Amino acid sequence: MSLHSNNLDTLYRQVIMDHYKNPRNRGELEDETLHVNMNNPTCGDRIQLQLKVEEGKIADAKFVGEGCSISLSSASMMTDAVKGLPIDDALEMSNIFSLMMQGEDYDDEKFDLGDIEALQGVTKFPARIKCATLAWKAMEKGLHEEES
Amino acid sequence: MDVKEIRKQFPILDQEVNGKPLVYLDSAATSQKPVQVIEAVNDYYRRYNSNVHRGVHTLGSLATDAYEGAREKVRSFLHASSTQEIIFTRGTTTAINMVAASYGHTNLEEGDEIVLTPMEHHSNIIPWQQAAKATGAQLKYIPLQEDGTVSIEDVRNTLTSNTKIVAIAHVSNVLGTVNPVKEITKLAHEHGAVTVIDGAQSTPHMKVDVQELDCDFFAFSAHKMSGPTGTGVLYGKKHLLEKMEPVEFGGEMIDFVDLYDSTWKELPWKFEGGTPIIAGAVGLGAAIDFLEEIGMDQIEAHESHLADYAMKKMQEVEGLSIYGPEKRAGLITFNMDTVHPHDVATVLDSEGIAVRAGHHCAQPLMKWLDVTATARASFYLYNTIEEIDKLTEGLIKTKEYFGDVFA
Repeated sequence: MSLHSNNLDTLYRQVIMDHYKNPRNRGELEDETLHVNMNNPTCGDRIQLQLKVEEGKIADAKFVGEGCSISLSSASMMTDAVKGLPIDDALEMSNIFSLMMQGEDYDDEKFDLGDIEALQGVTKFPARIKCATLAWKAMEKGLHEEES
Repeated sequence: MDVKEIRKQFPILDQEVNGKPLVYLDSAATSQKPVQVIEAVNDYYRRYNSNVHRGVHTLGSLATDAYEGAREKVRSFLHASSTQEIIFTRGTTTAINMVAASYGHTNLEEGDEIVLTPMEHHSNIIPWQQAAKATGAQLKYIPLQEDGTVSIEDVRNTLTSNTKIVAIAHVSNVLGTVNPVKEITKLAHEHGAVTVIDGAQSTPHMKVDVQELDCDFFAFSAHKMSGPTGTGVLYGKKHLLEKMEPVEFGGEMIDFVDLYDSTWKELPWKFEGGTPIIAGAVGLGAAIDFLEEIGMDQIEAHESHLADYAMKKMQEVEGLSIYGPEKRAGLITFNMDTVHPHDVATVLDSEGIAVRAGHHCAQPLMKWLDVTATARASFYLYNTIEEIDKLTEGLIKTKEYFGDVFA
């Protein structure tokens, strides 16, 4: 079909649609946790990220919210990726993600980015970069609050 | 109305986007500009750019004549009784803010009511929230009917002797509802209240006669009616404007300035502090000439035809929810089940079709609709039936594309 253009398929990679359809870590944490609300005020996407930080590590992460395929799949991937990471590593990964979204070179050695690399296609759709970074910004905000 | 000929006057429409001919269906956000407007702005900067109302040199006179000439065009376009009632602003937002900050702050006190509807754009909500906070007045909302219209009965039940201001959109930017602002104004006046009409979505598309509506204030933006961005108009009844304090103070709006006190110029200039957006006013004047030559009634009829056709075609797309009343202005807000409006807009964009996705600066209305976001296709005089067919085809393809995902 004509719409299965390469261009669209670079955005809507199968792995992204899988995370959208079957989001990992969607829901609420029961234990006492750090809650971060983040909106994309221009489009109405909103996410609440819940982080459980223990001994400088992200012990658990979940999210609830409303958004498009890109913002929700990114939240799903991000929560999967940062679980178990020390705060500093999670923040570094967030930096790497930000570089990826800007289409710049990034260190792909330090972490196993796995599914996250499927989001690279977003760089070709500048209007959608904010969707992909929403959950990551929430994570950064939460961790900075935790640190201070 | 010869749409083919009209399209030729909009250079931007003649291009491909993502390898497909551009189908621009986002005119409710901002309209495209005809060559007449582009040339008028260009001509101003190339030939007679100069400050207005200052100095005696020739270019200054040319610029002043063009700027004040544009004001007269606006007066005639709105059928206001005097150019003293036409204030150039930065846009609808600034115009409403001016009324809220000046008229609102002076005339509101504790116990007074400001009446709005849940379908207002943020720019016709937040200025009133701020005025209410500053004065102790209260906000009250006229409830909406299920189809997104306002019933006169509900207006009557909402207004009281404490109502001082009724602020309402002429046409909803989301639902396309055309509100009965003439009747609402009549009821408001019976209660001693004034009306502030947000005309951002009506002025570009239909004949507006402020004397016939009898509204007290009316605001609109140039950029939604084929004029430049950064320019808009506040119309206000002279006797109200005369009693209002300026909102911005500085150059050009003064009569005498002393070390400790100053007096203001007469209307409308006391509200136009600083060097105005001269090129914007000139461009708006050219846009009015352009629209009037085609005829506002013709434009309205064309868009009504497009909206009727689009409603019919889009209702045939399975899984599409359309918001707002059957009878509407030229825009259709919708959602596709299981596909987020951003994703709809991205897929349509890959087909060269530009639509808006998001909350349309109407978060309270999104809440009322019980959605977080919607997609919107909006039409103007240059849109065609073929473009609506492309939109419908694009929506069917979007559904198929994501259908694989959700199958």
